[in-house]
Amino acid sequence: MRLQLEIALARAAGRLSRLAGRGGGTTIPGKILATLDPDAVGTLARRLPQGSALISATNGKTTTAAIVAEILGDRVRLAHNRAGANLVSGVASALLAAPDAELGLFEVDEGAFPDVAGRVRPQAVSLGNLFRDQLDRYGELELVAERWRSALAELDPAAGVIVNADDPLLADISRGRANVVRFGLDDPRVALERLPHAADSKYCRVCGAPYVYRAAYVGHLGDFACPNGHDRRPPLDVTAREIELGGLESVSFEFVSPEGARRLSLALPGLYNVYNALAAASLATVLGASLDEVEAGFATFRAAFGRFERIPAGDKTVLLLLIKNPAGANEVVRTIVADGGPRLALIALNDNIADGRDVSWIWDVDFEPLAAGLDQLVVTGGRAHELALRFKYGGVPAERIEVVPDLERALDRGLDLTASGEELVVLPTYTAMLALRRIAADRGLVRPYWEEAA
Amino acid sequence: MKAKIVVGHLYPDYLNIYADRGNIAVLERRAAWRGIDFDYRTVGLGEPLRAGEHDLYYVGGGQDREQALIAPDLVSKGEVLREEVAQGVTFLAVCGGYQLLGRFYRDRSGAELPGIGLLPHHTIAGDRRMIGDVLLECELEPGDRRTLAGFENHAGRTYLDEDAEPVGRVLAGFGNNGEDGFEGSRMGGAIGTYLHGPLLPRNPWLADWLIAKALARRLGETPELDELPDDFESSAQQVSAERARSRGGRF
Repeated sequence: MRLQLEIALARAAGRLSRLAGRGGGTTIPGKILATLDPDAVGTLARRLPQGSALISATNGKTTTAAIVAEILGDRVRLAHNRAGANLVSGVASALLAAPDAELGLFEVDEGAFPDVAGRVRPQAVSLGNLFRDQLDRYGELELVAERWRSALAELDPAAGVIVNADDPLLADISRGRANVVRFGLDDPRVALERLPHAADSKYCRVCGAPYVYRAAYVGHLGDFACPNGHDRRPPLDVTAREIELGGLESVSFEFVSPEGARRLSLALPGLYNVYNALAAASLATVLGASLDEVEAGFATFRAAFGRFERIPAGDKTVLLLLIKNPAGANEVVRTIVADGGPRLALIALNDNIADGRDVSWIWDVDFEPLAAGLDQLVVTGGRAHELALRFKYGGVPAERIEVVPDLERALDRGLDLTASGEELVVLPTYTAMLALRRIAADRGLVRPYWEEAA
Repeated sequence: MKAKIVVGHLYPDYLNIYADRGNIAVLERRAAWRGIDFDYRTVGLGEPLRAGEHDLYYVGGGQDREQALIAPDLVSKGEVLREEVAQGVTFLAVCGGYQLLGRFYRDRSGAELPGIGLLPHHTIAGDRRMIGDVLLECELEPGDRRTLAGFENHAGRTYLDEDAEPVGRVLAGFGNNGEDGFEGSRMGGAIGTYLHGPLLPRNPWLADWLIAKALARRLGETPELDELPDDFESSAQQVSAERARSRGGRF
């Protein structure tokens, strides 16, 4: 009885939050519920007849979860935190918002994963990658990995674990466990020429020697081996072969799994999204989807908000591509440069808690291939001047860099500089992306993210 | 003869966690804009180091694991590096590299990672990490007061010897240990500090100080460097300083 009352209170608070214009109410109901009753998340999750699945990673959580939802959406009612509120409170809010759900599908912040897993007791988890990200908030990668290792040990032994075996840290923490699906890429044609500057986890876990890569695909992800024979990428259960990168529009690949092989395509750009696609297809399969359902879900999938989103603005278009850490930003740069690269870009850097207060990561991003093609750059956000310095010392003449800290004015300036019929490429950090979408929503160009998510 | 500095970057593959290459980019461009040759060399694990070949050394920070991997090799280079600094070579060490220039780093279990004793300090791991924006007031040259704005993220608490000289006084943030109000350690042309951000882009005066010191060893006197337009740099420093004042950490 008491839980029912708490739930009613928490739901009312979410409606108030929306009415007050404070956002989508995607975390407030959950925060209230978690405060009133710390065990409520677990209690609600255990009521789900088909249990829960958790998705964690530094990069690709929201996209992976959205693909899984697209695949499963027709066959099962989901509780899904699709607006990206991925702490305990966001999971609680998603549970509150879907009282008749059959299955929980939750993306979870990498720092919050052990806590959420302990409460929700998932029947499957997908672990996508660990890259350096917000060291001021998460601490060192090794610490995050060790917490994940402990969390895996606490899971039900029957729980399915889907893991990116191209990540040496994740391959290591899943070693020796039953019910593991290991996925990775198998197409050296699309490999990097060398490891990027910001590559992490590139030394043997046993002897410290640098791994030798038969192919490095994204950051330190790839077909790695210790030169002294201590460690190597484990055999893969699920792979992507014959990968075709379709510019800014799509990827396609041969999906090879124990269930069979099939050519799949997805309306998302870049090699990093092939990893997200493999994680999503593997998790959906573990949750009971057939290859036909995977293929159908891929065919109808459209990008999660702000990750790769085109917003019409009069006779011009705004292309929003979220950047939040070196590995993710490198892939965004690689993808837009492979497509020809823009002459004008708008880049937005905030330093709120959700962005990371430490902005040093922008110096670890390989922006140079983008910078080389720019005639003009507009930088914005609370730390716009740091971006100006990043590009000035990255080789862009200072007179080509315009600093407009106010996001709305910067967006207008970017659009002014964009010719009719052309596209303005915008790379914002997380809170800057939300703010830019809010500006677009106020102008009636796009629906607010919580409606998009509904 | 064209002016030139030779820079030795120690262990860039291992110690690069806080965008250390930003510091190198600033030194390189600010030298190039003034027509100074910038000869950049890396010094890796197991590679020999000979005295007299470099004017400026740089060492950055890494995760605990990477620092433990390179520490024994750094110790084997300690004698050469100490001799170099005594001969007037310039040195910038940031975060983990700063800790390793001291005598030792003692972790939570009590185990000690040896340093090279180039700077007079030691470091002991604390319970809470010191994370946040920092602002310092410095006087590296008598009468020339400057500020340094950066970001710190360290569990180690560094304690200077009694007669040691810090890099600056903490105006906002934690500094060496969150207790004594000082940050960094300085001896002649060698600077060790927890400040990253990276440090040099928004504090170009320190980059110029390092370049001038490195040139001075070759020229026999400290040269006057040409002024550069630093509008972005000044604005970035102001914003960073404001962040430290409004949200810099303290116990």
